[in-house]
Amino acid sequence: MGEGGVIAGQIFNGISVASILLLAALGLALSFGVMNVINMAHGEMLMLGGYLSYLACRVLPGPGGFLVALAVAFGGTFLFGVLLEVIVIRRLYGRPLDTLLATWGISLILQQGARSLFGPIGVEVVAPHWLNGSVSMHGTLAGLDLPYVRLFIIVLAIAVLGLVALFIAKTAWGLRLRAVHQDREMAEALGVNTRTVDLVVFALGAGVAGLAGSVLALISPVTPTVGQSYIVYAFLVVIVGGLGSLVGTALAALLVGLFSSSLQIFTSVSLADVLLLVLVILFIQFRPKGIVVRRSRAIEA
Amino acid sequence: MQSRLDLLRSKALRYGITLLVFAAAPYFLSSYDVSLLGRFLAMSILALGLSLVWGWGGILSLGQGVFFGLGGYAIAMHLKLAALAPGDLPDFMVWTGMDHLPGWWSVFHNTKFALVAAIAAPSLAAAGLAWLVFHRRVGGVYFALITQALALAFGTLLISQQSYTGGFNGLTDFGALFGFPLADPRTERLLYWLTLALLALVFAALQWVLSTDFGKILMAIRDGENRMRFLGYNPAPYKVVAFAIGGACAGVAGALFTLHVGVISPAMVGVVPSIEMVIWVAVGGRSSLLGAIIGTLLVNFGKDRISSALPELWLFVMGLLFVVVVMILPRGLSGIGEHWQRLHGWRFLAKFRKPSDPKQGGRTCVGCTWPYGRRS
Repeated sequence: MGEGGVIAGQIFNGISVASILLLAALGLALSFGVMNVINMAHGEMLMLGGYLSYLACRVLPGPGGFLVALAVAFGGTFLFGVLLEVIVIRRLYGRPLDTLLATWGISLILQQGARSLFGPIGVEVVAPHWLNGSVSMHGTLAGLDLPYVRLFIIVLAIAVLGLVALFIAKTAWGLRLRAVHQDREMAEALGVNTRTVDLVVFALGAGVAGLAGSVLALISPVTPTVGQSYIVYAFLVVIVGGLGSLVGTALAALLVGLFSSSLQIFTSVSLADVLLLVLVILFIQFRPKGIVVRRSRAIEA
Repeated sequence: MQSRLDLLRSKALRYGITLLVFAAAPYFLSSYDVSLLGRFLAMSILALGLSLVWGWGGILSLGQGVFFGLGGYAIAMHLKLAALAPGDLPDFMVWTGMDHLPGWWSVFHNTKFALVAAIAAPSLAAAGLAWLVFHRRVGGVYFALITQALALAFGTLLISQQSYTGGFNGLTDFGALFGFPLADPRTERLLYWLTLALLALVFAALQWVLSTDFGKILMAIRDGENRMRFLGYNPAPYKVVAFAIGGACAGVAGALFTLHVGVISPAMVGVVPSIEMVIWVAVGGRSSLLGAIIGTLLVNFGKDRISSALPELWLFVMGLLFVVVVMILPRGLSGIGEHWQRLHGWRFLAKFRKPSDPKQGGRTCVGCTWPYGRRS
């Protein structure tokens, strides 16, 4: 494989990592932007999605089984998001640091629960046969293989981003969501039920994370700690992206994914981690509010 | 003035008695429990720092393990070198094929340098990070997440740079400190008293820090950062200094912990241990220094007992602790204590103290409204 092939391969890897990060960070960014809530158990939504799709694929082993698994993962984590919001998040409104700690506790319980149920060793979701194989490149990029699975993940991430954008831009709930995002008190005064909006945002974010976990299961085994390995990067994406902006989150996911995979060409994985953190800290020196800044005359609390 | 003096006297008396009881612990506890108590008291120093940073400064750090680790590794590097014959290399360096000692390792031959580094490295690192983040007015949840990323990066870095850090196993197999063999029971006892003395010293120092103008401004920044800006204060330097003090406490704790346990490894500095440190403080009551110590002791003794009986249960318990403390007891055990004290008073201590003046009650009430008093 030529020099160009290696670099193109890393870029492709970066984009596919970025797609999973995007799916994982979307819910975080939305609930942080709208509710000012950081959900530390968000990584466990990935894990839950992964295990749910594993179970669904066990029940329905056919070629369409994985599509059902995607739906199950989304629905299951969506419902779990509803539960979590009603039982915990809504009671801690206005105390973001405390929410962070309580949800961390929930993530510990979920991890240990998964360990007790499924064991510490990962379970595999076998990709359906229509995702086996890869696109081979010719010419200057000869030798570069783009596996269908990774292409599928990229397409899914773009599709989900598009659907969420449509939901926010075109539907009535999207309108309410934007209103609450811009000015919570005013929206409330005008009759928007902010509690329901919070619930919808949170559950939707959890559902999207469940999808991320489901596709993640295609490329690596589902373990009780699978969420932990992605969630810190997802948080960095939220920091770089800016408060609750879809465009910012997408750009930030791409940046973080490409940075970490291209840094890995030059250094080791662990040094790439450190450099990524350094880059994020440098980045907030220049744009402390992220890529996309919400313009407002209010003083942030 | 008179009543204040009396209060001080009775408080000093209570602290004195407690200190004496703890100092006598090696004579009535089993040696296993004393060694546990010693390391938990060392960890309490970190908790004191975290209480200052989080409870009084409103800065949640999920990366306190990093500063703990810096202190621990600084002292461990010295101990590792002290155990070697001149010219020899630490065992893990030999295994990974290093042929000479890196320069930044050899300076740790010097005991004084190692002791200074165990405090200076973590506090400078903490100050640097805090300044980079706070001077751009980034704070709150962002800072918590950045410190968590720091803990992740530090942990993976330690594991991957095996030829410099001993990798996953960390640094262990120490000989002696200042010529005292670490395995000797007499050294252990001395170390226990040293830890207790340092804990008392840090406790008193932080009490004093909180009583100064700096402490009051720090609290004011916690409760209304923008309000302080309008009053002409720049919050960043105050938060940086507070975080640096927290880092120094963590470094001292890490160094003492390493001496007690005889090992420091990435397993003690990563994301999970770092956030575990927050629960010590949360259980005791985040804005109570005494609570931080009590919380650390309770949580860690609980962890020791539960995980030796039912290893699977501990993570469930810790998870529930986080949820319950945050949702039901945001002020931790010290919150319960203060309520009980205001309802019933310390009747059995009444003779040491004059009836408290109304201002006293006012102070606890202000505490009670936090964090419920703020709606943002």
